Amino acid sequence: MTTATATPDATATPKVAVPRHGWRIVARKELADHVSSLRFVVLLALVGLTAAGSVYAAASGIRDAAGEAAEASAIFLRLFTAAPERFPSFFTLIGFLAPLLGIAFGFDAVNGERAQGTLPRLLAQPIHRDDVINGKFVAGLSVIALTLVALALLVSGIGMVRLGIVPTPGEVGRLIAWGVVAIVYVGFWLAFATLCSVALRRAATSALVAIAAWLVLTLFAALLVGLIADVLAPASSEDPAALLANATLQQNLARVSPSTLYQEATIVLLNPEIRTLGFVLPIQIDQAVRSELTLEQSLLLIWPQVVGLVALTIACFVAAYLLFLRQEVRA
Amino acid sequence: MTEPVIATRGLTKRYGDATAVEGLTLEVYPGEIFGLLGPNGAGKTTTILMLLGLSEPTSGEVQVLGLDPTRQSLEVKRRVGYLPDAVGFYERSTGRENLQYTAALNRLPEDVAARRIDELLELVGLTDAADDPVGTYSRGMRQRLGVADALVKDPAVLILDEPTTAIDPEGVAQMLDLIRGLARDRGVALLLSSHLLHQVQSVCDRVGIFVAGRMVASGPMEELAKQVVASSPVVEVRVGGDVQAAADVLRAVPGVERCDLDSESPDGLVVVVDDDTVVPRLANRLVHADIPLLHLRRRGDELDEIYRHWFGEEAGEEVKA
Repeated sequence: MTTATATPDATATPKVAVPRHGWRIVARKELADHVSSLRFVVLLALVGLTAAGSVYAAASGIRDAAGEAAEASAIFLRLFTAAPERFPSFFTLIGFLAPLLGIAFGFDAVNGERAQGTLPRLLAQPIHRDDVINGKFVAGLSVIALTLVALALLVSGIGMVRLGIVPTPGEVGRLIAWGVVAIVYVGFWLAFATLCSVALRRAATSALVAIAAWLVLTLFAALLVGLIADVLAPASSEDPAALLANATLQQNLARVSPSTLYQEATIVLLNPEIRTLGFVLPIQIDQAVRSELTLEQSLLLIWPQVVGLVALTIACFVAAYLLFLRQEVRA
Repeated sequence: MTEPVIATRGLTKRYGDATAVEGLTLEVYPGEIFGLLGPNGAGKTTTILMLLGLSEPTSGEVQVLGLDPTRQSLEVKRRVGYLPDAVGFYERSTGRENLQYTAALNRLPEDVAARRIDELLELVGLTDAADDPVGTYSRGMRQRLGVADALVKDPAVLILDEPTTAIDPEGVAQMLDLIRGLARDRGVALLLSSHLLHQVQSVCDRVGIFVAGRMVASGPMEELAKQVVASSPVVEVRVGGDVQAAADVLRAVPGVERCDLDSESPDGLVVVVDDDTVVPRLANRLVHADIPLLHLRRRGDELDEIYRHWFGEEAGEEVKA
């Protein structure tokens, strides 16, 4: 008994509808829910306001130092990277807040359905179990991607008005690349939060665990990494080689954290002048000619970071997926 | 001979060391209402989840509409409607939107879905509340919306898990009418589970009694009752005055097997008699002996006997509560 052989001729019964994948139906519904949800409005307002504030401050800073800025290249990108007094730069802010978006749209993906008692009803419909997770992930990522793109456009708009300059094609390319990296980074947090929502039965526990992981990875990681590196490769002030070894180890350890990967990728993408992420001794840049990398060269530089982010995302997603497939429907 | 729509053979489900369902053999035929009855935790819901392919059997065979729910789960889910125990809906969406989502998941074209949803809302009496958020619905309304939800896909088999639990008596009556109507008018095969034998036995063509993962008896209610009520009837008696004297009088009545003091009441007696014809004679003798008769009741009807027989005294009380 199969319906797949039905052809779209006049005799087709109305039961054979347009072939559509289950995840799309789930995603469409979730998307509608997200957009009309209070949490979306609140997060949009929060992220939007801080971002706008940061860019406004950055633009003022750039104008004040217009003389110096005129000499520098890629002025437009400075909107996103300049950190005026007492205010973090736009990309730092996004790096800090984007995980919050990912967690907010993922932490109750599956256990929310469980708590509402809708999970058995949903799974009794003719869709695969993975359609539920896939649909929810796609919906969450779409909402966040839309938010980020809208924010980046908003920032660009403010910048054009305040600075009176338009981005060059190269800068636009870098901004698009940065957008993709930011979305992948948020995707990691969304996947991680989804994993929590599958593994933990209570939405509150899941949110707490996800937020704890976020704090540890973004704030305390640097402290932990420093401690571990000092134990494994003690630095001494007399031996520059040991000092370098310690610093390199710290950097590599820090790269376990997706937030480090995101920051490194962002710095390179938004600063064409950065040529390496490793440590550079003064002697190495002595007399160096100031020049810019092309977009391709920058991408090449951060390729490992991007691959790392994607790999972490996929790992979380697969774990969530396997766990969900093995779970009993009943609580 | 029609083919059964649900057939299981030696169906077993274990969770670690615990056995939820053991060696279940069951057949349900088209147009039939089969009641899966038993106390909570007897394995009813587990059985239902295995029928839907939502839980994998440890061993044994299941066939639903001739399909294997584990392997052909989508095909089974397309044609089996399911009302879960403690059914939930998206609270912020309206009743209609919840049904529309189910229709979309079943790939119903929108016009077909809209017409069917209107019809079903009418059937379950929710037309007026259709565009209110489900958050405002009562338990009974949710339960009825759940039935409509299970019917959206126009199923050949309908599985209702505890359809009458946690709703008020009026709601129960409406639900049972609805269930009767579905089997009669739509010819769907209906499997329903309940721990409330009193409530659902009247709508079931056949029932299966489920205790601790095993189906201990199955068949039409009357047959089950006959098997059980074959044991001797018990009569409760309460008298004013000398209980011992009353006991002596009753022991002398032909057909009385035993007469003991009732441990639960000081002036009560528990009398075991051969059959129901003896009961009126008990009253007669007491009146003749000038002993004031305060109370005389044949203990339990058939349903109570069924409870006591299979679920044990405690379960019987719980089931009635």
